[in-house]
Amino acid sequence: MAGWLLQVARKGIISSSRRSITSRTFVTASSNRQHAQETALFYSGEHKELQESLKKLIAVEINPHVDQWEAEKQFPAHHVFKKLGQAGFLGVTKPEEYGGLGLDYTYSVATSEALGTIHCGAIPMAVAVQTDMATPALANYGSHYLKEQFLKPSISGDMVACLGVSEAGAGSDVANIQTTAKQQGDDLIINGQKMWITNAWQADWMCLLANTSQGPSHRNKSLICLPMNTPGVHLTKRIDKIGMQASDTAQIFFEDVRVPVKNIIGQEGMGFTYQMLQFQEERLAGAVLTVPPMEICIQSTIAYTKERKAFGQPLLNNQYMHFRLAELETEVECLRSLIYRASDLYVAGEDVTKLASMCKLKAGRLAREVTDSCLQFWGGMGFTNEVLVSRYFRDLRLVSIGGGADEVMLGIICKYMGTLPKIQKKR
Amino acid sequence: MSLRVLVGCKRVIDYAVKIRVRPDKLGVVTDGVKHSMNPFDEIAIEEAVRLKEKKIAKEVIAVSCGPTQAQETIRTALAMGADRGIHVEIPAKEMEKLEPLHVSKILAKLAEKEGAELLIVGKQAIDDDSNATAQMTAALLDWPQATFASKLEKKDGLLEVTREVDGGLETIKVKLPAVVSADLRLNEPRYATLPNIMKAKKKKIAKMKAADLGVDPSPHFEVIEVSDPPAREAGIKVEDVETLLGKLKEVGRI
Repeated sequence: MAGWLLQVARKGIISSSRRSITSRTFVTASSNRQHAQETALFYSGEHKELQESLKKLIAVEINPHVDQWEAEKQFPAHHVFKKLGQAGFLGVTKPEEYGGLGLDYTYSVATSEALGTIHCGAIPMAVAVQTDMATPALANYGSHYLKEQFLKPSISGDMVACLGVSEAGAGSDVANIQTTAKQQGDDLIINGQKMWITNAWQADWMCLLANTSQGPSHRNKSLICLPMNTPGVHLTKRIDKIGMQASDTAQIFFEDVRVPVKNIIGQEGMGFTYQMLQFQEERLAGAVLTVPPMEICIQSTIAYTKERKAFGQPLLNNQYMHFRLAELETEVECLRSLIYRASDLYVAGEDVTKLASMCKLKAGRLAREVTDSCLQFWGGMGFTNEVLVSRYFRDLRLVSIGGGADEVMLGIICKYMGTLPKIQKKR
Repeated sequence: MSLRVLVGCKRVIDYAVKIRVRPDKLGVVTDGVKHSMNPFDEIAIEEAVRLKEKKIAKEVIAVSCGPTQAQETIRTALAMGADRGIHVEIPAKEMEKLEPLHVSKILAKLAEKEGAELLIVGKQAIDDDSNATAQMTAALLDWPQATFASKLEKKDGLLEVTREVDGGLETIKVKLPAVVSADLRLNEPRYATLPNIMKAKKKKIAKMKAADLGVDPSPHFEVIEVSDPPAREAGIKVEDVETLLGKLKEVGRI
């Protein structure tokens, strides 16, 4: 199954460039060194230009308003996505014929790393939903009609998307979702509910995973493009979370919601597979997004503890503090290297499920360590809502839970290590 | 009449970086420090690109004098919409001592060589704050100059420029070809969009040396010392204007 999955993945996802290692034949000592530097740096000139431009956009259009949007418990998704879309940042790896740039995955990593400079976790997460969760399957397998209706405006920033997979009774256990979409003539009738849906209160459409046929639970589901203003779609609850405040999260009920059958992305019954295939990208993206906030936490803690004095000297003079920050910095570099390595292998066409799962696992856990230690060093100030470190403490706590819980990541890694116990078949 | 516009852009230490004086007290630390395009030059590039979009300009050429990394600055200009670039290579060591007069001579020669009809530069660089290049280049070319521009319009074959001066705003008309220096409120530079960043890869950057333009970059003056400004002393708060005036008189300020 894994091999076949990889075949489908290669065909769908790797369209254009691989990292070019073309002129390897005539290699001199100095170009060896240059190549090593370039590989280690991971980013080329264009990647850095992309990041500089996006960071500028964030500094001018987004960061000045984050405090306000966090207090209001919602950021203006249409406004922000339009700004990002106009500059081309919502379609980095998407097909050019629908307004995307058709660049390779390393550019997606560069974009995510720049998005991480936003002063909250909510907005990068919302963007990641738009670019790395709700649209990859559509871009790879959707019909031209669906791509015109839903992908193109999502790339331009004219439409906000959300992903409808998780349910109250099925989060990690995706195969167990209960929402159905039963065929009736040329329509599908959708009944069921979804939970934890990011962007839902502002979304124009949802990439919905539902059961569309009978049969084994990994082969009976389809991805469906569902316009959110379709009658029968009820958003009932704005979930009150401890972090990611600026992100609107909904519980949604579907009551005899009617959509055309042609809104199914790709093949009926392949929904589960399509969603699985883009998990590698989703998990790497989740990991990349945590790195800049961790760096910001460490740097701002250094700055704060240099100024803050206790017992006659700056807090930072205490060996425990500067040593601890050095430990954390070391771990962040390790994570960064793992992410870049996994990305390079992915772009080269390799299956990076194990590495991507490791990246996600490490990112979630390290984020908790970094924010916890840094918050401690901020003392009383760290416990207030007036500093960035406490916001990151709350926001990044989600990383170990959403987008693939730590426990699921561990299970995947064990599978690759061959250490999962064999389940006795019941007779 | 569609103009060929030459724009000068300088690679400087990023405005957000905390500057540190070098231990030898002859300059500031530049190694490993973030650099970017001089903000006033970004405004200059933006204005040139807008002229092209309004079809007043037909070509925008971005020029930068500096070491290899100056090409990054030119790439940013290309990503913002400049058509091609010229990199005048000045090795890092010489760059420290490069003076506005050298740059003016280079820009003047290039303006002639390229047949430019308009030269726009930022009013000053944020590292040396010289505010001299535009003026000297105009003098060398014997072109009219319109400095501290906050508004630029082409009217009846002339350039109408609103300048920010000490007394307020002054509007002048200059004949072309002319030199303009961009001030802060001239425009707000665009973000380079991703499609334009990728397109910029294909745009050409010509390389040359100062000597190729007949310019000798040897310094005319010597930096004796660079030091931090004196640390800012603490102030005091006073109750009212009377007390304020009293205190100011006390310390001999008024």
